[in-house]
Amino acid sequence: MHSIYERPKTFIDTATHFCPGCGHGIVLRLIAEIIDAWGIRGKTIGLAPVGCSVLAYNYLDIDMCEAAHGRPPAVATGIKRVHPDHIVFAYQGDGDLAAIGTAEIIHAANRGENITFIFVNNAIYGMTNGQMAPTTLLGQKTATTPSGRDAINYGNPIRVCELLSVLDGTSYLERVSLSSPENIRKTKKALEKGFKTQREKKGFSLIEILSPCPIYWRMDANEAMRYIDEEMSGTFPLGVVKDWESKN
Amino acid sequence: MKQLLTGNEAAAEAAIVAGCRYYYGYPITPQNELINYMSIRMPQVGGIFVQAESEIAAISMVHGSAAAGGRAMTSSSSPGISLKQEGISYLAGSELPCVIVNIQRGGPGLGDISASQADYFQAVKGGGHGDYHTIVLAPSSVQEMADLVYDAFDLADKYRIPVMILGDAQIGQLMEPVEFHKKPKRNIPPKNWALTGAEGRKRNIVKSFYPVKGQLEEFNACLQRKYKAIEEHEVRYEAVNTHKADIVLVAYGTSARICKEVVRKSRRLEFKVGLVRPITLWPFPKEIIRKISERVQCILTVEMSAGQMVEDVRLAVEGRCPVHFYGRTGGGVPTSSEVIKKIVEVVPDNRAVNTLLQLAGVK
Ligand SMILES: Cc1ncc(C[n+]2csc(CCOP(=O)(O)OP(=O)(O)O)c2C)c(N)n1
Ligand code: SF4
Ligand SMILES: [Mg+2]
Repeated sequence: MHSIYERPKTFIDTATHFCPGCGHGIVLRLIAEIIDAWGIRGKTIGLAPVGCSVLAYNYLDIDMCEAAHGRPPAVATGIKRVHPDHIVFAYQGDGDLAAIGTAEIIHAANRGENITFIFVNNAIYGMTNGQMAPTTLLGQKTATTPSGRDAINYGNPIRVCELLSVLDGTSYLERVSLSSPENIRKTKKALEKGFKTQREKKGFSLIEILSPCPIYWRMDANEAMRYIDEEMSGTFPLGVVKDWESKN
Repeated sequence: MKQLLTGNEAAAEAAIVAGCRYYYGYPITPQNELINYMSIRMPQVGGIFVQAESEIAAISMVHGSAAAGGRAMTSSSSPGISLKQEGISYLAGSELPCVIVNIQRGGPGLGDISASQADYFQAVKGGGHGDYHTIVLAPSSVQEMADLVYDAFDLADKYRIPVMILGDAQIGQLMEPVEFHKKPKRNIPPKNWALTGAEGRKRNIVKSFYPVKGQLEEFNACLQRKYKAIEEHEVRYEAVNTHKADIVLVAYGTSARICKEVVRKSRRLEFKVGLVRPITLWPFPKEIIRKISERVQCILTVEMSAGQMVEDVRLAVEGRCPVHFYGRTGGGVPTSSEVIKKIVEVVPDNRAVNTLLQLAGVK
């Protein structure tokens, strides 16, 4: 019998701790699929952040390192400098990458570190029970914006890809989403492009993934997917923001 | 061949001799000679130099290179070392080897840029969050800076622990002749825990997170056993004239240089002054201080702080003899005359008061 769909070997056969309908599990699985397909398990080192995906190393069967909250870009830099020919990726949430770790990601980008950043934007602090993230939408209710985020008091959602695009050190920036099977396939292609950017030593790549957190969005899984399409993608337009392979 | 270098440059060169190939820093006075030197030397030896965006990033880069199996170092001065505490705690919790140089300056806050020993507590009590220690080595000359930096890398690898070199602006910026000795390699266990890509083996995970109840307590017990072994095997100090001393001074780094002068000046007297100079501040040389406390009239601790190491001296002495303190802060460096005056003040039976005061230039 010919199997057309199975658990990637690199995706460890264990129950994850993610909530039902969470996007983190999908992203980790896609990473595992690519590592399998490319046969790079022995040449890949991953960074797990502090956030809901802190236990990513329990699910991916590769060498992995922890980093303090927000520091994956710096820790990844330290790893990549020792193993310049390995694929090094950092997996980060929006609080991790765009709040406490803003300096680290901007400077890793500015140095053009040849590392792939997988940025899971769920517009919330999942791990700490649903507070506002730097990417929380205007009007979005969270534990710390009980009557909705307003720009005057809380500032505006940060568009990370656009922010980083002005830095000469960035090579590939794309925003994708997990809202449908089609979008998940695009996410996988974007991740592959990120790894390719690194393998060909083209420099800094970051894939921003709009990802559902049904629990702290207070929605069911279907509503959460619709919310990505109807609300989030408005503030965070999908598409390639910068690509070393395209002319402009 | 001897070279004339500052303590900062000697620390950098010694690191390179010790095989350090990953250096991450951020400028701050009075350690700038170190980062500047590294920016020249690292490319020459095929190593990595990165000027990080902050001390937090620099120590995090050290975290990465150490996890990947490299010999990594960072350096800074007091305010920057405060920023590194997050990373040092993670390194300790992940059992990663690295070397951190702190060329102390005055504090608190922005303080000033002159010599100080006010970061003692931060250095020897852990400094960041959690139950941990780093090995802390305190050089008191440029040569010793070089020797200790070299040893620091071996100790770090041997015990999988961050090692801190605790200097000060004076030790860092002073120029003295120095020689770099490449010592025979110690018995250092292979780094089979390092992240190298899991080619043909089980995956390695470098982490400090133990969310399952009971696991963290178990891990902490392991850490404590390691710390105990270090306390048993790695204590270092220099004892000068302590054998028949009436009073023993305890001082490290720059303060110890001054106290050595006091010991030298008082050598001709009937009244004997000795010195214990801790070289490891953690593990602290408790045993020798305890022994000495049983036979001297009193102990005088001299520091460039408001009184920090003196607490560890008192813990070692456990009331067996009086423990006095003389310190200057905020860039003040004790002079030998000040120390001698303090000796006269604190020694109950002092047959040499007049001569001592003469030595101090008072009479
Ligand atoms: C220095 C520090 N500050 C705060 C925290 C608490 N904390 C853990 S995860 C987190 C936010 C995570 O949010 P995000 O990065 O968006 O990840 P998510 O859980 O949403 O995937 C915070 C504030 C911490 N662990 N360390
Ligand atoms: S809180 Fe949100 S991000 Fe975290 S696991 Fe649950 S659904 Fe996922
Ligand atoms: Mg988040």
